[in-house]
Amino acid sequence: MGFADFFLELYENTGWNFVFLYEQYEYDRILEGMWVSIKLIVASLIFSLVVGFIGAWAQGAKSKIVRYGIAGYIQLFRNTPPFVQILFFYFVLGNWIDGFIGTYDAGGYQESYIDSFGWAVISLGFFAGAFNTEIFRSGIEAVPESTREAAEALGYTRLMSYTHVIFPLAFRVCLPALNNNLVNLLKTTTLAYGIAVPEMMYTANQIWSDNVNVSEMMIFLFIFYVGLVAILVYGMHKWENNMKIPGYG
Amino acid sequence: MDTGSGMLNNSITDIDGAKQTDLPVLLPLAAQTRHAALIERREGTYRLNMQPRHALWVFAIFVAAAASAQAATPEGLIGPFEAIFKWAPFILWGPEGALTGFALNLIISFFAMLFGTVAGAALGLMQISLLLPVRRGSWFVTQFFRNSPWLVLLFTIMLLFPFELDLGFVVIPIPDWMKAVIGFSLPVMANISEVVRGAVISLPSGQWESAESLAFSRRQTLWMIILPQCVKRMIPPWINWYCILAMATPISSIMGVEESVTFTAQALNAEGDRPELIPVFYAFLLIIHFIYTYPIARWSIKLEKKFAVKT
Repeated sequence: MGFADFFLELYENTGWNFVFLYEQYEYDRILEGMWVSIKLIVASLIFSLVVGFIGAWAQGAKSKIVRYGIAGYIQLFRNTPPFVQILFFYFVLGNWIDGFIGTYDAGGYQESYIDSFGWAVISLGFFAGAFNTEIFRSGIEAVPESTREAAEALGYTRLMSYTHVIFPLAFRVCLPALNNNLVNLLKTTTLAYGIAVPEMMYTANQIWSDNVNVSEMMIFLFIFYVGLVAILVYGMHKWENNMKIPGYG
Repeated sequence: MDTGSGMLNNSITDIDGAKQTDLPVLLPLAAQTRHAALIERREGTYRLNMQPRHALWVFAIFVAAAASAQAATPEGLIGPFEAIFKWAPFILWGPEGALTGFALNLIISFFAMLFGTVAGAALGLMQISLLLPVRRGSWFVTQFFRNSPWLVLLFTIMLLFPFELDLGFVVIPIPDWMKAVIGFSLPVMANISEVVRGAVISLPSGQWESAESLAFSRRQTLWMIILPQCVKRMIPPWINWYCILAMATPISSIMGVEESVTFTAQALNAEGDRPELIPVFYAFLLIIHFIYTYPIARWSIKLEKKFAVKT
């Protein structure tokens, strides 16, 4: 008896309807949802790391305006609900951008320049990026002044010493804090549901609307997300151990 | 004789059990950062933190944005300022006598915090039980609810909970917001459970040992010595969790709970979804949430500084 047959039989005998395990159509749908979710998580994770990297560098800038700008950005994104942030990005900034460079499709409807997936990545990236900036900054502070001066004495410019000397050290210091924040980001990606990004949550909703199997889909969702968190935490710990330089704290 | 070995074996073990060197390679800040992350993972995620002058800036930007939108309002249409004044009562407490809108956000957050704290305290005490199955089971429940997205938990409760409870002699209706309360109290429960466990294990073991030498039973030690000291440590992370919860309540609008985000969308709809009103309304929404959460967050930071005394 095959895998699919088992779940079909389970449904017929007990009413537990794991429809995506025996029906090709729903199986494809759920794979698609998982794929979009994973893409969303990876993209916003990378984006938030880039934002954090640049933000932490700009925090040490000479220009006061840049420093104040970064401080304002961090404060704003740390102190408002991420869900409202996503709505704000999608509805407000999305509208503005479409107002400037929007295009129209053959039917005369306005097409969005950036789709909901793009806005989800941007808003989640900025949300987590605000925390990453703070985390990287705390790591940078842990790098001794003498290391910085040594880099300067070797003729490194500010940017070069940041990318080659300070950041690699700081990154190792702040990996545990980063771990916390990335787990948080992973869980926050579900909020993209609010702007109809076809990720796991959204797909599950479609499936349970068609098949009336809410409990089964919920069980699947829990397994999916707790599993992803477990993989992320495991990977980060591995990474932390691999990156350890003997003697560096 | 062993002149060189002292240099090689100069590693000591720190509180987290990890090897540390006393070579001045990275500042002690590095160890502190790592330790802080461990505590953060245990006792609550990020801390809200904003300087008052930044708050003023946010407010100024909001007013400036609204004013520019007001200036751009076409003749004969209601401007953003008037629109906000017109709809603010609706967004804040809903139609008369209903106590919905932002007020419902607060009600949900109060009750979710109440239930979450009671259940979380019990779960946290189970996590330090001497019985292995209780400890393991409560650990699993805690980790499960801590690591699931809030939205998934909310969906589960909203969709799987009955809309009324039939007790045979009386039927108790369960409105949507009640279900949202339960949905939010689950992650709060798990996180409070970790706060309790974290506070207990952060006490120096000398407290337990001296209690034992004075012939206190385990229950007496816990209730008369350990927990009273823990309360102080738990208050700042507890308040921080309340802030996080209060900021999370808008997601219940996805399920159609009549809270502030739902009503903002409705108010915008009633004004014909005019693009110049949308930013002002969502900014207004951000601001009212901010005005509520911010003082509480500051208070928690203040308390933490006050309670940060030597153990």
